[in-house]
Amino acid sequence: MKKLVEMCVQRVALVFAVCVSTLNFSFAAGETLAVVQERGYVKCGVSQGLPGFSNPDDRGNWNGIDVDLCRAVAAAVFGSDENVKFTPLSAKERFTALQSGEVDLLARNTTWSMHRDTALGVDFTGVNYYDGQGFMVLAELGIKSALELDGASLCTNLGTTTELNAADYFRTNGMTYEIVAFEKADEAVSAYNAGRCDAYTTDQSALYAQRLKLTDPKAHIVLPEIISKEPLGPVVRQGDDQWGDIVQWSHHAMVNAEELGVSSANIEAMKTSKNPNIRRLLGLDGTFGDNMGIPNDWSYHIIRTVGNYAETFERNVGKDTPLGIARGVNALWKDGGLQYAPPIR
Amino acid sequence: MSSATHWTPKPPRPAPVHTVGVRGWIRTNLFATPSDTLLTLVAMAVLYLTIDTLVHWAYIDATFSGANRDACLKAVQGACWPFVDAKLGQFIYGRYPELERWRVDLVFASGVIGLIPLLIPAAPFKRANVIYLLGFFPVFAFIMLTGGRFGLEPVETTDWGGLLVTLVVAITGIVASLPLGILLALGRRSQMPIVRSLCIGFIEIFRGVPLITVLFMASVMLPLFLPDGVNFDKLMRCLIGVALFSSAYMAEVVRGGLQAIPKGQYEAAAALGLGYWKSMRLIILPQALKLVIPGIVNTFIGLFKDTTLVLIVGLFDLLGIVQFHFTDASWATPETHITGYAFAAFVFWVFCFAMSRYSIFMENRLSTERD
Amino acid sequence: MSRRDVVLQFLMLVLLGLGLSWLVSNVTGNLERQNIASGFGFLNERAGFGISQTLIEYTEDDTYQRVLIIGLLNTLLVSVIGIVLASVLGFVIGVARLSSNWLISKIAMVYIEIFRNVPLLLQIMFWYFGVLRNLPSPRRAIEIGDSAFLSNRGIVLPGFTMLEGAGWYVAALAISLTAWFVMRRRAHKKFLTTGTPQSYWRVLALGAGTMFAIAYAMAGFPFAADVPALRGFNFRGGVNIIPEFAALLLALSLYTAAFISEIVRSGIVSVGQGQREAAAALGLSNNTTLRLVIIPQAMRVIIPPLTSQYLNLTKNSSLAVAIAYPDIVSVFAGTTLTQIGQAVEIIFITMMVYLSLSLLTSWAMNSYNKRIALVGQNA
Repeated sequence: MKKLVEMCVQRVALVFAVCVSTLNFSFAAGETLAVVQERGYVKCGVSQGLPGFSNPDDRGNWNGIDVDLCRAVAAAVFGSDENVKFTPLSAKERFTALQSGEVDLLARNTTWSMHRDTALGVDFTGVNYYDGQGFMVLAELGIKSALELDGASLCTNLGTTTELNAADYFRTNGMTYEIVAFEKADEAVSAYNAGRCDAYTTDQSALYAQRLKLTDPKAHIVLPEIISKEPLGPVVRQGDDQWGDIVQWSHHAMVNAEELGVSSANIEAMKTSKNPNIRRLLGLDGTFGDNMGIPNDWSYHIIRTVGNYAETFERNVGKDTPLGIARGVNALWKDGGLQYAPPIR
Repeated sequence: MSSATHWTPKPPRPAPVHTVGVRGWIRTNLFATPSDTLLTLVAMAVLYLTIDTLVHWAYIDATFSGANRDACLKAVQGACWPFVDAKLGQFIYGRYPELERWRVDLVFASGVIGLIPLLIPAAPFKRANVIYLLGFFPVFAFIMLTGGRFGLEPVETTDWGGLLVTLVVAITGIVASLPLGILLALGRRSQMPIVRSLCIGFIEIFRGVPLITVLFMASVMLPLFLPDGVNFDKLMRCLIGVALFSSAYMAEVVRGGLQAIPKGQYEAAAALGLGYWKSMRLIILPQALKLVIPGIVNTFIGLFKDTTLVLIVGLFDLLGIVQFHFTDASWATPETHITGYAFAAFVFWVFCFAMSRYSIFMENRLSTERD
Repeated sequence: MSRRDVVLQFLMLVLLGLGLSWLVSNVTGNLERQNIASGFGFLNERAGFGISQTLIEYTEDDTYQRVLIIGLLNTLLVSVIGIVLASVLGFVIGVARLSSNWLISKIAMVYIEIFRNVPLLLQIMFWYFGVLRNLPSPRRAIEIGDSAFLSNRGIVLPGFTMLEGAGWYVAALAISLTAWFVMRRRAHKKFLTTGTPQSYWRVLALGAGTMFAIAYAMAGFPFAADVPALRGFNFRGGVNIIPEFAALLLALSLYTAAFISEIVRSGIVSVGQGQREAAAALGLSNNTTLRLVIIPQAMRVIIPPLTSQYLNLTKNSSLAVAIAYPDIVSVFAGTTLTQIGQAVEIIFITMMVYLSLSLLTSWAMNSYNKRIALVGQNA
């Protein structure tokens, strides 16, 4: 027993040593790229499990459209989409995790809003999925429109733009409602599944995704109304333009590739293309990579490993996936959608 | 005196029939008075209903094998045990890579090997045992679990989960809070006013707020308190939060022990010419800590149950991972939730009940030692 | 204090000051560099979100400050009712544990061992996610009596609304209650001095009857029944107990009762056998012995640990956040924090609120403890 006290002292020293050994020193402002290169991988903040966007399988492999964006950034910096690690974050933690440097970028189906862009010390670099808030209800209720939801109970996630939009929508239309807001999406879905609420409301894409987790997915329908604009996009820390550019152009490269008909399947053949647009996209002409401080064949590696925008869309959320979402507003601008990337030149 | 006058008492008469044997026992313990009889009958009815429902749910109507939810969707539904069976690996290890799980097993085993002889008062080599458990084991566990050294595959803490996280949080919490708690308790009883008030402030603040706010602080606020670019793992942040929180409770337990040491011991130590630290280390603390072992175990039980709170900040402890797997559509049945909760409750209960029994055992042992 | 101690303390203060200023400079530096807003100005901004249970009036146009108050009131509501339920249940089980009836005592023991050895959060989730899903939808609600309904939207009870003139009844009730309180006190005092039990019920009933008669004469019957009815998705009217509240309250009370019953048991055991024998010698019945001899003395042992159980229950009510009960952690440290993003200020306010609640409860229980300790000495 006497020795116990000595042990305790040793123990304090040990705990301290363990703490120090796990400290990761990194230096944000303006030097994210240098830190990432030094570390050897990109740290990407994702959701805690949202099928189609960022979802781990039983073996811990992440996939989804947001995950693909993270992989694209890794491919741009390192030439390989393997150099990335994913940190699952709750809605509440996500901005703090980014601000404090715990992650290098946030690709967590996060809505671009003015408050977030201006008051939280973060920058949105683009929109990788145009979304809008919708409602899911039991089909047997026979509801055809969200305007019939007067007096309904709504389940949703706490601390999202969703909560505010629902409040605005119901007030504008003179309807009453009861909101039940959960800390985690899974809990909200669980409660909706248990019948606690008449409707589950969140971004429409997520409604399709979460519907897969219900006991009987076919018994539920997504109402046609979209009550808000929810442009979802990657977020970086404010004040590091170089890193912001890399994330922004990783997305643009995938959209441009789709527009030019370059995909992971035909990229090697495209290398011989005479089209100057394609040559610039693949880094054969110009010094676009150099200008951002990364290899010149940055976009070649993105397309080679991750594919163009159409590929990642169809692979993760498209018609042939369980989510079965049509391109809709996420089609290219020339197909009548909103995805429009500035030219690489 | 002649022996003829020696008086031999008659042998005692047997006790009345209605106070001995099974019948007597039943009579005095169950049907002593009319109101007692009524109570017994009501209790029996309640007991019958409860046990009947439980047995039906957990055994008679339950499903024991199956590959997915179809097996559990029957007309009369009971527990869906194949769900637990299919997810057991996840419940114990979380998303820890399957090929690396032997490392966790090894850590579990080496911990148990160190712990069992320590808990048996009669077992020898206590000192070597403590050195093993507090000196060697943590380092070994840290290297084995995180990897990245000695050719071991690194495993991110975000992939840890299930019982592994529960035990890591609970054990780190207790091991870190003990020394911190001792220092705080000594500080609270110190003669130096500034030291004393600092310790009181720390203890009372952490005892006055719920653990969940401490965890929120660790997960969303702590990163802002560190210098630019310095940050650490979420699990580590939660561990720090839990350790600080439980050290405040531990300090109060230890203080109880310190107060129970008679003043003569302090004076005797001083008379021997021992300084403050020496007298604490050699005379006071060994006695005080021994006195409060039951209290320490109770704090540990509380801490063990409180580890479930880390699921609110997004770590997957045992309860968190069970909860997470409810969203698996291939196991979605009306009974999945209750089955999962029952399993988790049973695991927690076994740990906590065993610890509380151990605490009672130590208490009895110590009180006989004192007599 | 030796000079060494003074120097040591001075050094500690300096170190602490340095550490604090380091932290503060980190925070301000981080916030400024990253252009994160700071200060408490957000409290006056429009909240804009709905809350499912509000004890005072609230609309989306109210401020975050009001959100804070509503969260606090919800925390207090569940804590106070939880404390009452847990105490009653805990006392019953504690006494049952000591019952001479073997079966009752063992059932109490099993209850205690199960409920205190399973994490509270698990119990909350069990009641909410496990039990809720087995309740019917509002359309197939279980009818209790004539106008109360149990469904997966909670329990709706009939209520009443007060019309004009109800103030007379409120006044009558208040006067009667005050009168009862005063009379009871007087009767007790007289009983202590004279030794004869005093009856005041007849006078009290007469007085109260007169009061309500006056109220009726002045205002008639100014109440309207508010019977819940199914309209659209949910029941409207009546008093709705939301399932989040019910589950949280149930779990908190059952869990805390297990601890309270152990405290009560050890309190009762601590009263010496001689006291029981003396009471029996005086011819007191079992019940009277318990009420007049055992419990008053046991209370002195019970109060301090009971206080910390009450504090625990209040703090544990923060687990509400896991099941969407709108307590202070959920609406303020949850929704408000994510809408505003000012973690430091919001967590600070939340912790301060809990600290003040803890200090207030300890203070109240300490003063009660002092009172019963004094009574003990006088007697």
